[in-house]
Amino acid sequence: MTVPLLEVQDIVKVFGTLKANDNVSLAIMPGEIHAFLGENGAGKSTLVKMIYGALQPTSGNMRWHGKPIKIQNPAEARALGIGMVFQHFSLFDALTAAENIALALPEAYDISGLSKRITSVSKDYGLLVDPHAAVGDLSVGERQRIEILRCLLQKPKLLIMDEPTSVLTPQEAGQLFIVLRRLAAEGCAVLYISHRLEEVMSLCSAATILRHGKVVARLDPRRETAASLARLMVGAEVAPVKSVAVAAHSAERLVLQNLSLAADGAFAVALRDISLSVAGGEIVAIAGVAGNGQGELFDALSGERRLTRDQMLRVDGQAIGKMGINGRRKLGMAFVAEERLGHGAVPELNLSSNMVLTRHASDAAIARGMLVHMDQAEIAKERIVKNHDVRKGKIDPEARSLSGGNLQKFVMGRELDRNPGILIINQPTWGVDAGAAAAIRQAIVDLSRLGSAVIVISQDLDEIFEIADRIAVISRGQLSEALPASELTRESIGLLMAGAHEETSREKNHAA
Amino acid sequence: MRLEKRAERSAAMALASPFIALGLTVVTAAIIFALRGIDPLNGLYVYFIKPLTALWSVEQLLVKATPLVLIGAGLAVAYRANVWNIGAEGQLTAGAIMAGMIPVMLPNWQSPLTLLLMLLFGAIGGMAWGSISAFLKNRFNANEILTSLMLVYVVQLLLDWLVRGPWRDPKGFNFPKSITFTDWQMLPYITSGIHLGVVIALVMALVLGFVMTRTLKGFEITVSGLSPRAARFSGFSQQRTVMFCFLLSGGLAGLAGAIEISSVVGQLQPQISPGYGFAAIIVAFLGRLSPVGAILAGLLLALSYIGGEAVQTALQVPEKITRVIQGVLLFYVLACDSLINYRIAGLSAATHVRA
Repeated sequence: MTVPLLEVQDIVKVFGTLKANDNVSLAIMPGEIHAFLGENGAGKSTLVKMIYGALQPTSGNMRWHGKPIKIQNPAEARALGIGMVFQHFSLFDALTAAENIALALPEAYDISGLSKRITSVSKDYGLLVDPHAAVGDLSVGERQRIEILRCLLQKPKLLIMDEPTSVLTPQEAGQLFIVLRRLAAEGCAVLYISHRLEEVMSLCSAATILRHGKVVARLDPRRETAASLARLMVGAEVAPVKSVAVAAHSAERLVLQNLSLAADGAFAVALRDISLSVAGGEIVAIAGVAGNGQGELFDALSGERRLTRDQMLRVDGQAIGKMGINGRRKLGMAFVAEERLGHGAVPELNLSSNMVLTRHASDAAIARGMLVHMDQAEIAKERIVKNHDVRKGKIDPEARSLSGGNLQKFVMGRELDRNPGILIINQPTWGVDAGAAAAIRQAIVDLSRLGSAVIVISQDLDEIFEIADRIAVISRGQLSEALPASELTRESIGLLMAGAHEETSREKNHAA
Repeated sequence: MRLEKRAERSAAMALASPFIALGLTVVTAAIIFALRGIDPLNGLYVYFIKPLTALWSVEQLLVKATPLVLIGAGLAVAYRANVWNIGAEGQLTAGAIMAGMIPVMLPNWQSPLTLLLMLLFGAIGGMAWGSISAFLKNRFNANEILTSLMLVYVVQLLLDWLVRGPWRDPKGFNFPKSITFTDWQMLPYITSGIHLGVVIALVMALVLGFVMTRTLKGFEITVSGLSPRAARFSGFSQQRTVMFCFLLSGGLAGLAGAIEISSVVGQLQPQISPGYGFAAIIVAFLGRLSPVGAILAGLLLALSYIGGEAVQTALQVPEKITRVIQGVLLFYVLACDSLINYRIAGLSAATHVRA
């Protein structure tokens, strides 16, 4: 038997009282695409950061080609031949692709020579990237290709990919898989982190599954089903969302009419001529690849950025485009932002103070006149914690100390608790484990069936098909017509994501 | 040695930090005394303890603490909102000019209203001066640290010109001073050594403490400082917060300026404050950016002034020692404060093996 490329043995990593990794062992063979599966918070990122030298294990050891090693920092990892593509890219928007790549290389390069090398490697692998393009102008898929190229130029023996397809269209993901298979065929091992089980089953030849910091299974994913993998990840069956047949649609509650909003900064997206209407009892999902105007649309709907004309947004017949966020809340609207920490909640404040954050205008018990009633905020917090199963260590901890899933349950619960007539959610289950995600989706469906209008902005097609009545796709700030979910397929949505519905194609099409 | 981020901020460390900093400052002061050939224990006694042993010097302590507490409490609120007003000294000066305008222009107007109007004008002067920095930040995104600091020197020169020129006392033997204030142009005294300003400062700090902990405005300020994006989500305007903080902290500094010229100084002159506006920055941090904490911290900083004068007369140490001690104290407070959010992790003993 050949010696594994990388062997991780009995790694333990402790953060305070939390054992993030508990005797984790993992072996990756050369040329293998190895899936690393687990729910959010299972400890995947922790282990990967230790392999990449960004964290040091509390105990345990690693072997590289059979020799014991200690990786003190990412530079050492790169010197060994370990490359990593992060979920959140580390590129400078204002620099070109070539300049960004040059920054990461250990030795000095002249840009023109490097550009030639980039072009040749990128052609070779089918990773088309223009070395002279400013990164800020590129799509997320293109940015990811730059990150991959940056690793490839250093001839890695092990490539770590952290949730690479979460930002890609299905078509772009397909292209990525071709590149990864080719790399594997050339002997480069890939450690592939994902929670998309179909991908893992088709791409990977080995898998290690982590749950609560411990390895629960090592198996060949090609011989498993999505259900069996999910069971191992979660440790229990995940209940499917129960959806009652849609009640006869009531009147339109939320209407966007030719909503346009200029871009707020050089790398933001302008919203162009968006029209959409959502009836009570209906869930409309907005699909799209990250960075196509989802955040901007959310800000426009919430009133964090006011619109230029009142008629652009009507709620229950009232034109409120110029109204601010608290005025909209008073009309029964509720908002759940994508970024939980630092947008939907203040990381350093405890949960009851975070109750005040979105409730002070609409909830007379919590804030009346100039005074804040923290005792009332605490009562409301307790109710939400109980109803939505928010798990926490202390009675009233700081928001940042909660895990992503529990904080998401809290910020969702905070809005659901108001029984909003209109709910706008950006990425409802981003980074949330399967069990919590199912609970959140169920809560969204239940709310809509009581007559509320719901808009869900999501990049997760599985989620969209699970809960949406109608689906629209946003691409470069334009929204396609919302069609009944039953008339759409992943493929047709993928085409819309890539911009098939855009009326004008003034912009250069960078896509390969 | 390495710093490692804590999962939650340490409440214990937040309370302990000023005391550790104070301890380290005392040790540093002892070393400075020793280097000057003074018995460190005696030096520390004269500086930190002796001023507390006589009634008159305790009264003096309260009077000195008054502007420090007033300004420090206002700055604490501004800093909570991440609004870095460094120019309280200038706002104090602007307040003194505005307040001094009344007795200078209307020397014979004597009524309780005179004093009331002087205090009000003082606050308005400080607010106006502070609002310049707020406007520049909101309109042009100019850094308020720089603008507020630079405006200190502008208004100090304005005061200098006024008392040398148009506002100079015609009977003052050409000294650069205005007429001396009398009767209702001066604050009444409660005891022989304590004037009404002491009470004003105490009440203001307590009111601000209530505002910060119990009102929506306080919540707005806290959230704006911790997370601007979340503040916007909460419907709070960043620009409004910047303006509010400068008006509040500037107004209190201006009020302190009015109190100073109508009590301790008694007239306008080129120097009306030994750097209270800057020392109040230390007060704000030492008081945990809490208006109530600023009361205790203001007393401590006042002690540093009085102790500085004491060692100058008793031990012939230059009074610059005051600034040194204040600077060292701020340095240690900020250093210790990093331990609220970080802990010191031991250097890993593992050897460094390269493959």
